[in-house]
Parts: sequence; structure tokens; C-alpha cells
Amino acid sequence: MTAPSPVAGPVIHRKPLDGGKLMLSAYVYGVLLFILLPLVIIIPMSFSPREFLEFPPSGFTLRWYGEYLADRRWQDATILSLKVAVLTSIVATVIGTLTAYALARGRSVFAGVVRLLIVGPIVVPHIALAIALYLIFQRIDLIGTLTGFVAAHVVLALPFVIFTVAAALSRVDADLECAAMVCGASRLSAFRHVTLPMITPAVVSSALFAFIISFDEPVISFFVSSIRQRSLPRRLFEDIEFSLTPIIPAIATLLTLLSVIILVAAWGLQRWEQRRREGAAKS
Amino acid sequence: MTMLARWFRGGRWLSPGAGALLLLPFALVMALAFVYPLFDLLSQGLFAPNFTTAHYQRVFDQPVYLRILWRTLLTAFSVTVLCLVLGFPVAYLLARLQGFKAAVVAACILLPLWSSVLVRTYAWVVMLRREGLVNSGLQSLGLIDAPLKLLYTEGAVLVAMAHVLLPFVVLPIYGTLKNIPPDYERAALVMGAKRFQVFREVILPLSMPGVASGSLMVFLTAIGFYVTPALIGGPQQMMISTLISQQVRELLNWPFASALVGVLLVVVLGIAAVFNRAIGIDRLTGGKA
Repeated sequence: MTAPSPVAGPVIHRKPLDGGKLMLSAYVYGVLLFILLPLVIIIPMSFSPREFLEFPPSGFTLRWYGEYLADRRWQDATILSLKVAVLTSIVATVIGTLTAYALARGRSVFAGVVRLLIVGPIVVPHIALAIALYLIFQRIDLIGTLTGFVAAHVVLALPFVIFTVAAALSRVDADLECAAMVCGASRLSAFRHVTLPMITPAVVSSALFAFIISFDEPVISFFVSSIRQRSLPRRLFEDIEFSLTPIIPAIATLLTLLSVIILVAAWGLQRWEQRRREGAAKS
Repeated sequence: MTMLARWFRGGRWLSPGAGALLLLPFALVMALAFVYPLFDLLSQGLFAPNFTTAHYQRVFDQPVYLRILWRTLLTAFSVTVLCLVLGFPVAYLLARLQGFKAAVVAACILLPLWSSVLVRTYAWVVMLRREGLVNSGLQSLGLIDAPLKLLYTEGAVLVAMAHVLLPFVVLPIYGTLKNIPPDYERAALVMGAKRFQVFREVILPLSMPGVASGSLMVFLTAIGFYVTPALIGGPQQMMISTLISQQVRELLNWPFASALVGVLLVVVLGIAAVFNRAIGIDRLTGGKA
């Protein structure tokens, strides 16, 4: 680090800076601890053999995980949430990719309105949309239905799909597609064989994000679910205040594990895209 | 079929017809499940069945509701400031780190962003309960004799909301800081600037777009936040989202709930529009994903 550089340049006195740097690092690691600690602390609590929440746990058992898996109410909620999340992910990814492609390659007069609509679900508070959907779903009997859940969650997921895919598209040279079409490919096959392979990692990671957005979504689920059809987040929402057994920490641990898996997968996909782009640039 | 083939002919740009066709599914979903329901809800507060402003007047006439509105704005503002104070140094360090360390810090920021808001809020419920970790920790250290009331307090709501929203402020600031060449900082230091001066006159102005979009994102989300205030706050900390929910679920007062949503939307969209004028709304999502 302190080896003299062969290039003549201003000498930087690092010494006086180190104190400040150390303080900055200490502060930042403190903040990171603040971020992670609450998430981490529930994990050991889920293994506690007692009927109530304790930390540190007085023993180790997987009993609460077993109870979660065996409980009919939690099973139903989990299956419903999984169904909704998978459907949301498929629908949002397809529609979002079409939209991102149209915006990247088209000069539609509607583009301005579409861009405004994309930020809509991010800017408009979820409680407002939840109430609005609750009102209209009551009227057309969509409360607690798969269609209702999916329609609501697709709206929430679309902005993230579109931004992720649009970012990937902006890194793909449009000339490659043009070249394919000059060589006689139709637009569809140019898209399928040239552009799509290059944006596949982004499309897959946007599908993962759409899945987790839907699976973890509490507010709209809370309002559009019915007494019989409740999503996992709604069940959790209702039980958090009353249930004092470690079953909630067990579910929370599983949900956090799911987030970790999705994050690692998205990171891997990003690396894949990078390598693919470098490969395309070379050939 | 021939028309479709003509629309999707080759060429650098999509034809207008093809562009519109590809945008159609998005437009349909947004029209049916976003725009129309919101308009429908808003009309409940304005037409009953004739045009009336009575429900909106009620929001502003009764001190209770004004107080909740004011508290909501104040809480959102405090949460934003807290997020900036906690998040800026993290973004700064992250932008200067390399390799494995950078990946670890980035993971610490990204994991909460993609983990369940309910889980994170629940963690705070567990920590702040009467017999929770914070109280038992303080008691075993001998700092307090009896457990403090932490849950259902103003402070608990602020801390938990800042915890949930922190990634939103770190990522955009990181995005702008990453683009500031480290040479600028070095140049300022070489010319004799103090460290704080470098921060105030070089780093802060250049990172302003990130600071602004991060703050906006946190502020807007905090105004309409439902889960955390509902679980961590008591009746004394009621925010507008909880009030709206109560009007609908318990009192079935749709017109008044609609007026409250109207006020909330005017505030949120107003702030977003001002921001759009100043910096550009596209920046809002610049740090995402």
C-alpha cells in the first residue's frame, strides 16, 4: 500500500485520515448490525423447546417447524400464497418484458403515458390501492379469489419487472437485432434468437423478484382476502399480535431463508449476464 | 395476419402499430386493476350521488383528523432524516469498498430489501415487548429496575420504520457516490481542505441527486405505510393509513375513507410532481434492482 508509486504525483498523507476512516467504519458496522440483528435474532428463537418466546433458547427442537407444516390453516395459507406468487410471476414477467421491449424499440405515442403509469404503483401508497381494489372486488365478487390476488400483485410487480428488463435491454446493442433482420430473420425470430438469450438472466431475475413481491405482500392481501381464502402474510399479520409460541419465528426464519435464496440466485444471474455480454462482445 | 406481418416488419424501430400492440396488455392491466379502481374509490367521496365536498371538509374541520395528518407527515419526515443519518455513511463506505467486503456490505443492504416487511416488523415486536430482548438486556445490565414500555411508542415506530426503509435511501446514494471519481476527493485534500470540508463541498453536492431520490422514496413510502405503524404503534401513534383502514373495516364509512385517500394521494402525488420537476421521476428507481 505504501510502496512509492513510479508515477510522480502529489504525495498524499494518509496518516491523519485514518482516525476518521476508523470512526466511519465503526459507525457503518454499527448500522449494519442494527440492520441485521433483528432479522438474525428470531432464528434461534424458532428452535426453542418452550411454549413461549425466549432468547437465548433453552434447548433445540424442530417442533415448531413441524407444527407449521402439519397445521391445516398454515398449509392452506402457504399453498394459496405460493399459487398466487407463481401466477403473478409468470403474468408480470411476460407483460413486463413485452412492455420493456416496446419502450426500448418503439417510438409509440403512448410511451409517455406508459412511463407515467409504470411509476404509479411505486408512488401510490399500497393502502390506497388496497382499499380501491377491496371496493371494486366486493362488487364483482373477486374477494378471496385467485384472479383477484393475481391482478393486484401483477400491478405491484410490473414496475420492477419493467425496470429490470429495460436495464438489460439498454445494454444490448440494437444493431445486433437489425443485423439478424437484414440477414432475413423476422422480428420475432430476431428477438427470440438474438435479443432474448442476452436478456434471459434479467428476465429470470425479474420473475424471481415478482415472485417474492407477491409472496411477501401484506397490505393488499390483507384487504382482498376473504375469511376462507387468506394468504400467508395475512395469517402472519393476524397472528403476530396474539400468537406467543415460536411458530411465528419458525415461519419468519423460513421466509428469510427464501429471501436469501432469491437474492443469491439473482446475484448469480447477474454474473451470468455479464459473462454472456462479454462473450457476445468478443465473438 | 398480413397486417400483423406488416406491423412487425424488420427495421430498427417497431412500427407504431406493433408498439401499441405490445403495450396493450400492460395498458389493460393498469387500466382495470389500478387506474379505474382508484378513480372509482375517489368518486365515492365526491359523489353521493350528487357532487359534494362534505367528506373532504370533515377531514379538515375536525382537529382529530388534522392531527393524524400532521403526525403522519412529521413521522415520515423524522423517518427520512433518520434513514439519511444512518444510511449515508453506509452508502459512502460501500462506494469505496472493493471485492469481498463490498459484497458483504451490499448483501446486508439488499437482504432486508427483499425480505418480508412483516418479518422485519415482527422482529421489532419481539425485541421491544415488555419481556423482550431490549428490556431483559437492560435489566440484566442493571441499567433499569422495571421493564420500560417500548412497544406502542413514538420512538419504536420511528426506529422500526427507519429499519424497514433504510435500503431505499442507501441504494440511490450509493449509485451517485459510485460515480464520483475518488480523485476529486484526493484533489480537495491535497489542496488543503479539511475532511469535513471535502464532505460538505465536494461529496455532498455531487451526491445530491441520490440523496434527493432516496429521501423521496422513503418519505413517500413512510406517508402511506401500513404494516409497521399498525403493529408497532398504539392508538396514540395512529397514522393516516391506519385511519383509512379503520374507516373501511370497522366503520364501513366508504365516503370518508375515500376522502382520506384523496387527501393522501394529493399529498403524495404533489410531492412526486415537485420532485419530477426538479430532478426527474426516472431517478426514483435509479438505484433499484
